[in-house]
Amino acid sequence: MYRYDDYDQRLVDERVAQFRDQMRRHLAGELSDDEFRPVRLQNGLYIQRHAPMYRISIPYGHLASRQLRKLAYLARTYDKGYLHFTTRQNVQFNWAPMEVIPEICAELATVEMHSIQTSGNCIRNFTSDPFAGVAGDELIDPRPWAEILRQWATFHPEFAYLPRKFKIAVNGAKEDRAVIQVHDIGLDLKKNEAGEIGFRVLVGGGLGRTPIIGREIESFVPWQHIITYCEAVLRVYNRYGRRDNSFKARIKILVSALGIDEFRWQVREEWAHVKDGPNTLTVEEVHRVADFFEDPAYETLPADDAGYHHHIAEDLAFASWVKRNVRAHKKPGYASVTLSLKKPGVPPGDITSEQMELVADWADRFSFGEARVTHEQNLVLADVKKSELYTLWGLARKAGLATPNIGLLTDIICCPGGDFCSLANAKSIPIAAAIQERFDDLDYLHDIGDIEINISGCMNACGHHHVGHIGILGVDKNGEEWYQVTIGGSQGNHAGIGKVIGPSFARAEMADVISELIETYIEERHEDELFIDTVRRIGLDPFKARVYANRQPHRKAANV
Amino acid sequence: MSKVIKNGQIAASDWRILPLPEGDDVAGVEIPAGRVIVPLAVWLARRDELLARGDVGLWFASHQGPEDVTDDIARLPVIAVDFPKFADGRGYSTAALLRTRYGYTGQLIAFGEVLRDQFNYLTRCGFDTLQPREGRYTDAQLDAAIASLRDFTVPYQASVVDPQPLFRRVARTGAKA
Repeated sequence: MYRYDDYDQRLVDERVAQFRDQMRRHLAGELSDDEFRPVRLQNGLYIQRHAPMYRISIPYGHLASRQLRKLAYLARTYDKGYLHFTTRQNVQFNWAPMEVIPEICAELATVEMHSIQTSGNCIRNFTSDPFAGVAGDELIDPRPWAEILRQWATFHPEFAYLPRKFKIAVNGAKEDRAVIQVHDIGLDLKKNEAGEIGFRVLVGGGLGRTPIIGREIESFVPWQHIITYCEAVLRVYNRYGRRDNSFKARIKILVSALGIDEFRWQVREEWAHVKDGPNTLTVEEVHRVADFFEDPAYETLPADDAGYHHHIAEDLAFASWVKRNVRAHKKPGYASVTLSLKKPGVPPGDITSEQMELVADWADRFSFGEARVTHEQNLVLADVKKSELYTLWGLARKAGLATPNIGLLTDIICCPGGDFCSLANAKSIPIAAAIQERFDDLDYLHDIGDIEINISGCMNACGHHHVGHIGILGVDKNGEEWYQVTIGGSQGNHAGIGKVIGPSFARAEMADVISELIETYIEERHEDELFIDTVRRIGLDPFKARVYANRQPHRKAANV
Repeated sequence: MSKVIKNGQIAASDWRILPLPEGDDVAGVEIPAGRVIVPLAVWLARRDELLARGDVGLWFASHQGPEDVTDDIARLPVIAVDFPKFADGRGYSTAALLRTRYGYTGQLIAFGEVLRDQFNYLTRCGFDTLQPREGRYTDAQLDAAIASLRDFTVPYQASVVDPQPLFRRVARTGAKA
């Protein structure tokens, strides 16, 4: 993974000093609440429901074991002994007092971590494929490019006060695992006919209040020009994005208002001036960064391991875990393991200090000292020998990190919701808990198959509810919490926005509603047909009919 | 005279910034003698008269840009950009465009809600003069604020003051041991 040199280190150290002084001036009354807000947000610090919420950057989801241990230590020392992984491949504290945040910043800087631009109206953390470098369907490793662009965006002086937040994702595999279609800029690495590397560029995607799938603005931007191209997009957005209404300030609104053709024309006009300028990338720089992402020292192993197959045959629980949580690896004899942070009864994405330390140990022992965060809020050990999977599984099971549910109904994506977040209109964790409790039969879960349930506690859509096969959105109606359900959304290559099935539901109804949606699917599905495919084939009506059949009394009150 | 930070030093403001005239009376507004910076609309309405004086500059509101006055830029002794809110970031692009695309080399003032927490970014985008709102900072605070100009000493990306990105400025050989 990427390692800081003196320049990277100096920047994060300077940030620590800057923020320490800003906090001092704020506490001394020299920096008002309003003036402090964008400053603290660009350093990941929110003022939240219980305490400040503090968000730490994990660029493209990569975590070294020593970084995991540092997070574990910080959670134990300054928080309540656990942390929350987010859909942006970041991590959040929920209880650390505001005054200690500069200390946490300083601690993070000792392990090449920071909270730079994890919030605020600036370019946010770069997200990418959690299986980058190990996936069999990878065309080009996205990590060097994400790192190069991360550096370009860090403390960019022109784009720190944009109309709204700005999110960029990079994918380099056949299958999009970075959800690039719902980002402000989505970058898809590809080769042209001459074999040269470049990017298909999407723009104007996003969730939130106005969910929109990104549009293709360029089919191929050669790699040398990707920074200048992004600069051109950002400059047009910075100058002409709406600033009168924060709900209409994302780039997707500008792209929609101008039309993609006019927007493309404006970006190209701008690009013509900056293209070939100093920010044009060099071969040397790309090689320098790419060297950090060379393959680790893989052993030459047979493709299959007899012990591994023996354990699968002998141990049903292990076999079930392998089926859901173990992924094929590009190297013979290796596999990628997803550690589930979706054990029923635990808020999705939460992890304790003890668990983080265990994962750090396993990363060292089994996976070249590295773990990754997925946008589905799980952790990945990307490079585990098949011969060691059984041992790892035993350890993970003891630690509550081996729930065999990856991709299944209980692997719910869920924001912290009203329990923690002051932006939320409704709680989301209890909904996830109720659904997980209802679907506690593993055989039934496996029978239902791949399905994505995404829950957001408000319109900001941190739970990505629009792209869930089943999406749940918490809404507020006269001070009461209600839940709106969408179905048919999806991420990946065929990303789509789900459709609302009808009036909202009370919290107590939600597990029943999900059950009824699943029962409808079970009755209607063709053999081997997944939930999302059944929805696409038969439409919303059969699902609506079932769910609302016995629910007249709530209709009026809940019609929000 | 209010104090400003000019080229990294505390200095007395030596330009008077004329606000937008009431009722937008750009043709009739009285323009005082001496060094004065007029709103873009006034400049456009009275261009020939003001150019002849030689001691008049113009200022852009945050939604305005250099496109309408490209021919005049080289002859302007000073240009200013208003920051009605410190979180309105359009002025950064205005400065970058003036300094790079339009080759402006004269004095470039950021005024309005200009806070020390933005000084580093403002100067890197090409502002040489930072003029916080009257009364925002005490003299001592403004003195102390000069430190913020150096918040980040080796930025990654190219900017107006460092036209080469880090990867072109230095040989970055790789990770530390």
